[in-house]
Amino acid sequence: MAYSDKVLDHYENPRNVGSLDKNDPQVGTGMVGAPACGDVMKLMIKVNDDGIIEDAKFKTYGCGSAIASSSLVTEWLKGRTIDEAYAIKNSEIAEELALPPVKIHCSVLAEDAIKAAVADIKAKQSAKVEA
Amino acid sequence: MQNYFSLFQLPQQFAIDLKQLETSYRGIQSASHPDRFVSAAPAERLQSMQLATTANEAYATLKTPARRACYLLSLHDINALNESNTAMSMDFLMQQMEWREALDDAKQAKNINQLEALAKLLQSEAKSLQAELTDQLDEKKDLSAATDITRKLIFIDKVITDIHQAIEQIE
Repeated sequence: MAYSDKVLDHYENPRNVGSLDKNDPQVGTGMVGAPACGDVMKLMIKVNDDGIIEDAKFKTYGCGSAIASSSLVTEWLKGRTIDEAYAIKNSEIAEELALPPVKIHCSVLAEDAIKAAVADIKAKQSAKVEA
Repeated sequence: MQNYFSLFQLPQQFAIDLKQLETSYRGIQSASHPDRFVSAAPAERLQSMQLATTANEAYATLKTPARRACYLLSLHDINALNESNTAMSMDFLMQQMEWREALDDAKQAKNINQLEALAKLLQSEAKSLQAELTDQLDEKKDLSAATDITRKLIFIDKVITDIHQAIEQIE
């Protein structure tokens, strides 16, 4: 099966690979996994006081489509509010990367990673308000 | 209804006697061997061929612990590999990432000893997950706990396969 040019581009030159300080109160971490192909994806976002995502990093072990999906979303996330981030749908990712049907689950993984990271930062924020 | 377990006269549970599985499988294979059906009626020949095919698939499924667990769960209408379920224990995913990093490091360094040590570690993890599966599937009948463990086992098997591939590439 041939990968699209966009997948290959992200796979060969992944954007924003790495980690942020997970103990930073402004950093939210999302981790998800897909047993069927053994993919693991970690997505970290740094959110400023205005609720805007300033930075995003990822680390993914998996196939090319999973790496491309997470690389792409880190680009999309920067500058968005966390609510806008939460609204990103896997179908948008799949469409942008022209993922074939058998690889749609890679975009699902990326969407779920965003949702998990947003949930984590929201939990951190509400813990801070209560404290 | 016949399923893979009854096909081999095995109890429908996770802990099975692998010797019995092997013996029953060989029995079916030789009884349904095409040589025995050379002069049989076409319908009979077809039937024996279908039985042989089913037995192959059933044997491969039951022999591997993770596949056996998936199959048992599927008999309860649970799909452990459901792609829309990506939530897993954070600790496990962190651990999974560390193993993947260790595999990458050892692969880059072409360090076979390190790769073999990692394989050994993961095999012992797999063993303890299999013991947990026996407990949850056969004793406690907690299918949701069993699904979680099965998903972990599939992950670990995948890393072990990748380690062996890395070792082969170096050798």
